[in-house]
Amino acid sequence: MIEVLSVSKQFNGQEVLKEITATFRNGEVSLIIGQSGAGKTVLLKCIVGLFTPEKGKILYDGRDISSMDKKEIRHLRQEIGMLFQNSALFDSMSVLENVMFPLDMFSSMTYNERRKRAMFCLDRVGLSEAQYKNPDELSGGMQKRVAIARAIALEPKYLFCDEPNSGLDPQTSLKIDELIHGITTEFGITTIVNTHDMNSVMGIGDHVLYLANGNLAWEGNKDNILNSDNELLNNFLFSSDLVKKVKEMSLK
Amino acid sequence: MFLAGSIKSFGSYLILMRRVLSRPQRWSVFFRQTLHEIYQLGINSIPIVLLISFFIGAVICIQMKLNVESPWMPKFVVGYATREILLLEFSSSIMCLILSGKVGSNITSEIGTMRVTQQIDALEIMGVNSANFLILPKITALMSMIPILVIFSIATGIAGAFAIGEFTGIITAEDLTTGLQHEFKQWYIWCSIIKSFAFAFIITSVASYYGYRVTGGSVEVGQASTNAVVSCSVLILFSDIILTQLLMQ
Ligand SMILES: Nc1ncnc2c1ncn2[C@@H]1O[C@H](COP(=O)(O)OP(=O)(O)OP(=O)(O)O)[C@@H](O)[C@H]1O
Ligand SMILES: [Mg+2]
Repeated sequence: MIEVLSVSKQFNGQEVLKEITATFRNGEVSLIIGQSGAGKTVLLKCIVGLFTPEKGKILYDGRDISSMDKKEIRHLRQEIGMLFQNSALFDSMSVLENVMFPLDMFSSMTYNERRKRAMFCLDRVGLSEAQYKNPDELSGGMQKRVAIARAIALEPKYLFCDEPNSGLDPQTSLKIDELIHGITTEFGITTIVNTHDMNSVMGIGDHVLYLANGNLAWEGNKDNILNSDNELLNNFLFSSDLVKKVKEMSLK
Repeated sequence: MFLAGSIKSFGSYLILMRRVLSRPQRWSVFFRQTLHEIYQLGINSIPIVLLISFFIGAVICIQMKLNVESPWMPKFVVGYATREILLLEFSSSIMCLILSGKVGSNITSEIGTMRVTQQIDALEIMGVNSANFLILPKITALMSMIPILVIFSIATGIAGAFAIGEFTGIITAEDLTTGLQHEFKQWYIWCSIIKSFAFAFIITSVASYYGYRVTGGSVEVGQASTNAVVSCSVLILFSDIILTQLLMQ
């Protein structure tokens, strides 16, 4: 469980996050939605400690990240898997080496076990044939999937994904969503996903948070999101014709 | 202003070095990275070191012949002066200046690119000490390769002198040999190697520092590489003065 307690963050006097309070439970995928520039990435980076918020606390199962020293943070981070918006694969390593890297660093497995585990993760994202390629030989969507494989290699307790679906076709998106949802429930991971993808929201949105201009404007799930009376959220949601139609149909 | 800025940079350089010079989290990964860097930074630099040293050796020999030799000096002075220049300055200081251009800009742009594409953030998120993981293998690799590069440089410089003597006939091989062996002090070779250790540390650590603290995009990475080469060169020249004073007294 991750608790975010009235976290605020500013850049050069501009408030990007304003007093965000939220709880993310384990075994559940929490989706953070919001317009581009709403502060989703900044919130995620505050949670993992890449940015230090000016105010507020972040608790990992009760452990306060701001009161930890470097060593404790490093220790905690071995329990974290993160997928960056731009994948951030190591371009000096092959795909397989990328996925094996966290295992090389932190597991006590033998080479063959590590390789097997990495191949298993690559298989889960459907890329076992690409193992010897370099990241720059892959499409953007394939890089994303490799990054997911790398993020889950060490069986993390906390998984953070910044827009796992951007740049992917609907079918692959669906697979990725199912993958994230599957491992989250299977291993009881606390998962936070940033997305603008309404398909994801309707598919795996057991817990949805809507961020607008740095405020947490709405919180709920896929079953009540279409019927909310939050104006900002409705403007955001029903900018898409598809979603509009879905709502009309559900009302009928 | 400039002074305050320099002190601040030096402080953050020291803080970075404290993170770099700690125990590697995984020795096996550290050795793998170091081998890779030995290849990247050391082996790949051998051709340019050989090429430049050969020609500089030849040119020094010609210059000594034209400018220093005179009827009342013994013939071996050309060989003697060539050797001293190679041993004392060229094969350590000047060669490291050249390497700071090649190796230094390479290191800064590599680490800088990793910074702006969030690869360093990805390392940190995994719980890796990114400074230690990226920088320590580079320092170790270049410091362990630099004595070899120095020896190669001295040898090819001397070969260059012999080649030009043979080719143009300005000096016979016997005279050159006599000069090269005249009052030879082994300590000078050690001086070269000791100095080059310091320069290797400067090149790798300063270039890494510039790359590691890049913010922005490809333009900033380019600027950082240029700044890194300039700083490395200045620092090499400064420390050359100090080390020469210390070692030659
Ligand atoms: N390092 C930074 N320095 C200064 N401002 C920043 C920084 N990172 C983000 N911001 C600002 O914070 C705001 C929120 O950015 P953020 O990246 O969180 O948006 P986002 O919701 O992730 O958008 P997108 O969906 O496009 O990824 C933006 O106005 C941005 O300009
Ligand atoms: Mg973002």
